[in-house]
Amino acid sequence: MGPSASSLRSHPIRVLIAKPGLDGHDRGAKVVARALRDAGMEVIYAGLRQTPEEIVRAALEEDVDIIGLSILSGAHMALFPRVLALLKRQKAGNVPVFAGGIIPDEDARRLKRAGIRAIFGPGTSLDEIVSTAQRIARRRA
Amino acid sequence: MTGAERLPASARAILRGDRRALARAITSIENGDAAADPILAAIYGRTHGAPIVGLAGPLGVGKSSLINALVGLLRARGRTVAVVAVDPSSPFSGGSVLGDRIRFEGRVDDPGVFFRSMASRGASGGVAAATLETARLLDAAGFDVVLVETVGSGQVDVAIREIATTRVVVLVPHLGDEVQTLKAGLFEIADVFCVNKTDLPGADIAQRDLVDLVAHGTREGRWTPAVVGTSMTEPRGLEELWNAVEAHEQYLDRTGERATSERHRLTVEIVGIVRDRLGRELSEQLERDPALRGLLDRVVARSLDPRTAAHQLRLAVRRVR
Repeated sequence: MGPSASSLRSHPIRVLIAKPGLDGHDRGAKVVARALRDAGMEVIYAGLRQTPEEIVRAALEEDVDIIGLSILSGAHMALFPRVLALLKRQKAGNVPVFAGGIIPDEDARRLKRAGIRAIFGPGTSLDEIVSTAQRIARRRA
Repeated sequence: MTGAERLPASARAILRGDRRALARAITSIENGDAAADPILAAIYGRTHGAPIVGLAGPLGVGKSSLINALVGLLRARGRTVAVVAVDPSSPFSGGSVLGDRIRFEGRVDDPGVFFRSMASRGASGGVAAATLETARLLDAAGFDVVLVETVGSGQVDVAIREIATTRVVVLVPHLGDEVQTLKAGLFEIADVFCVNKTDLPGADIAQRDLVDLVAHGTREGRWTPAVVGTSMTEPRGLEELWNAVEAHEQYLDRTGERATSERHRLTVEIVGIVRDRLGRELSEQLERDPALRGLLDRVVARSLDPRTAAHQLRLAVRRVR
C-alpha cells in the first residue's frame, strides 16, 4: 500500500483533531487542521480541553479514519495511553492515532510502543504531517 | 426488495441502538456506497416521524451555540436528540474543517445525544446530499428530535426547506434594514425567526422589522411565523424558541399540513434521486456509445446546437430502454 493507495481513495479521509487536557492555545492544531483540509480531508475540529472520553466518543460518532491529538501541557504520558485504551475498549483499536506537541524523545519512543502511530515535534513540515496522515489513515472495507 | 421482512444485520443493529453501526451507516450514505441502500430501505418503514428542526442563517449568528443550548433543554425534558451539523467543503481541495462540534457540551456518557458533523461535498443550498437520509436514519434509530444545522447561509440557501419539518431562520441585530426582510429566499422559508444575541444593541429594531414582515404576510388559517429573541450569554429566550418550534409542529398535525408537505418533499426527493442516477448513466453512456459520441462531435463542430443534441439524446435513450 504505497502513497498511490491514498490517491486512489474515492472518498475524503475523515480526521478528528483534538487537544486533550488543559492547554492554553490551539494555534498548532489549527494550522495542522487547515493543512489537512487543503489536502482534501474532512477535519472534525474538536478544539481545546477535551477529555479522552470526549475524544473517543467524537471519533466513533464521526466515524473517523484517523485521530490527531495535540498536547503542550506535558500530560501526554497520562492522556494519550488513555485515549488508546478507550479506543480498544470500544473495539476501535484499528483507528490510527497520531500526535503532535512538546513531547520528549524518550516519551515519544514509549508512546509509539504503546500504539501512537506517529509523533510530530516542533518544526515538522506540514507536508510530512499530511503525507503521514494519508499513509496511515484507516481504509474502509 | 422491500427490506421489511428480513432486515440486514446493520439495520437491526441501528434499530437496537448501536451507535457505531449508526455512525458507519451515515458514512455509507455520505459516500454513496451501495451498502446504504438496503439499510435505508429497511429503516424507512420504522421512522417515527420525529420533528426535523433546521437552523439556517448567515455564518456567525450563533447556530451552533443555539443547538448546544437546545440539546441541553431537550435533554432536561427527557427527550433524546440527534444533531447533524453541516459545514462547507472546499471547492478547491474538496477538504473541509467541520467546527460545529466545538460548541457542543453534551455529557460524554449520555446515550440520549448523537452529534454528527457533515461536509457539504459540493452540494449547494446549505446542506449535503446525505443530510435528508441521515436525518431519516436518526429518526429510525429512535431519537425524539433531529436538529439540522445548515452551512452559514447566503440569501438563497434554502435547501433545508426540503428536509426540515420546522425551519428556524437565525439572525442577529444589524444585518440590514427592513427592505432586506422583503427580499426573496431565506426569509421566505422561516417557520420561526430567531433574533439571536439580543444582548447586542439594535435587537429590538431587528425583532420589530421581522414582526412587521410577518404581519404583512399573515393569512387566515395559515401558519404565521413566530419571532423570538434569544441570547446565549445571558441566557434567555431558549424556552420561547422551543415553544415556537413545538407550536409549529402542532400546527402541522392539526391542519393536516404535515401530510401535504411530506408528500411534496418526497416527490422532490424521488425525482432528485432519479435525476441523479439518470444523469450519471447518461454521462457514462455518452462516453461509451460511439453513436452518442458522434452527437457530441457535431456539437463541438458547431453543426448541431446543445438543445437539439439533448433532445436527440433523450430520444436515443428512450429507444434503448
